[in-house]
Amino acid sequence: MSAAAPVGKSLRLGGLARPLRRTASVLRARPAAAVGLAVLVVIVLVSLAAPLLAPYSTDIASGQVYAPPSAHHWLGTDDGGIDVLSLVLIGGRVSLIVGAAATAVAIGVGGTVGLLSGYFGGWVDMVLMRITDYFLVVPDLVLMIVVATLWGPSLTHVILVIGLLLWTSTARIVRAEVQSVRSRVYVRRARTIGVGHLAVIWRHVLPQIAPLLIANTVLSVATAIFDETSLDFLGLGDPNGVSWGIILEHANDRTAAAYGAWWAVVPAGLCIAAVIVACYLLGQALEDALNPRLKVSHFSIRSWRLRTLVGRGKGAI
Amino acid sequence: MIRSGYLLKRTAFMVITIYVVITLNFFMFRILPGSVVTNLARVPQSTPAFREHLTQEFGLDESPWTQYVDYLRELAHGNLGVSFANQQPVASNLRSALANTLPVVTLATVLSLVLGVATGVLSAWRRGTKLDQVSTNAAIVLYSLPTQWIALILVIALSKYLPTAGTSDPFLIGHQPFWPNLEDHLIHMALPCLTLVLTLYGGNTLIVRSALLETLGEDYMLTARAKGIGRGRMMRSHALRNAMLPITTLVTLSLGTIVAGAILMEVVFSWPGIGSALYRAVQERDYPMLQGGFLVVTVSIIVFNFIADLLYFKLDPRVSE
Repeated sequence: MSAAAPVGKSLRLGGLARPLRRTASVLRARPAAAVGLAVLVVIVLVSLAAPLLAPYSTDIASGQVYAPPSAHHWLGTDDGGIDVLSLVLIGGRVSLIVGAAATAVAIGVGGTVGLLSGYFGGWVDMVLMRITDYFLVVPDLVLMIVVATLWGPSLTHVILVIGLLLWTSTARIVRAEVQSVRSRVYVRRARTIGVGHLAVIWRHVLPQIAPLLIANTVLSVATAIFDETSLDFLGLGDPNGVSWGIILEHANDRTAAAYGAWWAVVPAGLCIAAVIVACYLLGQALEDALNPRLKVSHFSIRSWRLRTLVGRGKGAI
Repeated sequence: MIRSGYLLKRTAFMVITIYVVITLNFFMFRILPGSVVTNLARVPQSTPAFREHLTQEFGLDESPWTQYVDYLRELAHGNLGVSFANQQPVASNLRSALANTLPVVTLATVLSLVLGVATGVLSAWRRGTKLDQVSTNAAIVLYSLPTQWIALILVIALSKYLPTAGTSDPFLIGHQPFWPNLEDHLIHMALPCLTLVLTLYGGNTLIVRSALLETLGEDYMLTARAKGIGRGRMMRSHALRNAMLPITTLVTLSLGTIVAGAILMEVVFSWPGIGSALYRAVQERDYPMLQGGFLVVTVSIIVFNFIADLLYFKLDPRVSE
């Protein structure tokens, strides 16, 4: 279908238009992906409008301590008498910001490493892939805990810590794709007629790997939010902020369970799960559709197998 | 020939990785902003003389290189330093924590693997049916729920029936014969173990399902069908057998998830294991404990990865080519 598109047209549309169109057609063909996208859009919109929607302040007590859900407090109150519904609405903002920002860091680092490694090959590839190997074997959460503790709790630190540990999967996938694009005839021809490396990467390589990068981005957001929740829960998040992870931390620290206050725990967890399920549905569908050749989908055994195969030279993927 | 070369390469990678981690562990705590050296100056009401004394006592006035060599030498003797919090050697603290963590984590990993393989196979076998849909969706939801949330919900729902904190009843220790003691331990393990099983189960069943589906698409499956082999035998001896290959290494490959799950679970249930030790080290800024805990967890993961590599090689000689 896309092969039959007139050459002039796709040139005018620029490098990224075609991948975006392919992404859109995937969404139309797969209801699960559309549902995922819809859920994400709703959650983002609600989070943007949260200050308007939240019925009470998240700083000042508006009811009894651990009051059960009622007409005044739809989701009850927490240990400080603060409205849980307001907390969950406002808390989504931090979780989404961390998810997006940490993913941006990860895609930036991982995309660059993968691109350089796959495009130039040779010793550049070897050095970069060795570094990736080390990051792969170190357990993420433990390293995050150590670095976050040394840097001190803050939002920026959480974003950086997650982003700087999340980039390895992006790097591997981009590298594999770039390697296959690089050897195609039109890329070699472009090099032969004297097109520079940067131009080749920008005009020929990036548009080819963009759809995969989009899918990988969506899956990375899910992982980033999951990690953020864990760091917040361990007391390494922004101590003055409100996030879904911090809501759970307070519920555990201040023994919500002893009061039987399920309403202080359930909503935040369901929100986290909703975002992550939505990201998986969307990302998985995009990967399946855009990457039939490699099949490095999120739950695919091949991508798990990659961990042992990485760094074994040619044909590692 | 190939065999020994492969072994050598993997062993070298493991040794170098461990060395890199040890070095990283040293520099992270000495060089990064907010390290112990800068924090020494924050001791309340510290006089310059006291700070000078501390700096000298811990050898912080030496050059980084001398400190690094000292660190390596002490590490080689198994000395991980002394905990700020309880003044005990870090190594012995970690040893007792590890003794509490390992039984729960091992049991939960085995259970989640058995369950995950069972439902994953069933799901792939009956793919496209209602059963497959329900099982897969349930697995995705479980996979998406934070461990600490699952733990808190279990505490709220089941605290009337099962103990929710610690490893044993404090009144039982030392007064009971072996069997009641063991029973008490197992009852205390129930909820922590269930939490971990639920955390790990989702990912396991999804991966088993997709591994099996990929195998079903291979050419030899078509050949088997063309030969007229029954569906049951085809699944058992052709599909499952080949799918077992990646499944076998699943445990070792999902170690990161297991470690993260164990840390969060232990914090909720006050389980005195390695996760709680790390958590307390974070709370009390007990740097020697944090440093030691990081090293022990990371090195064990690297070793497990190495074992996984060897296992994979043993099961599938094609890997080494």
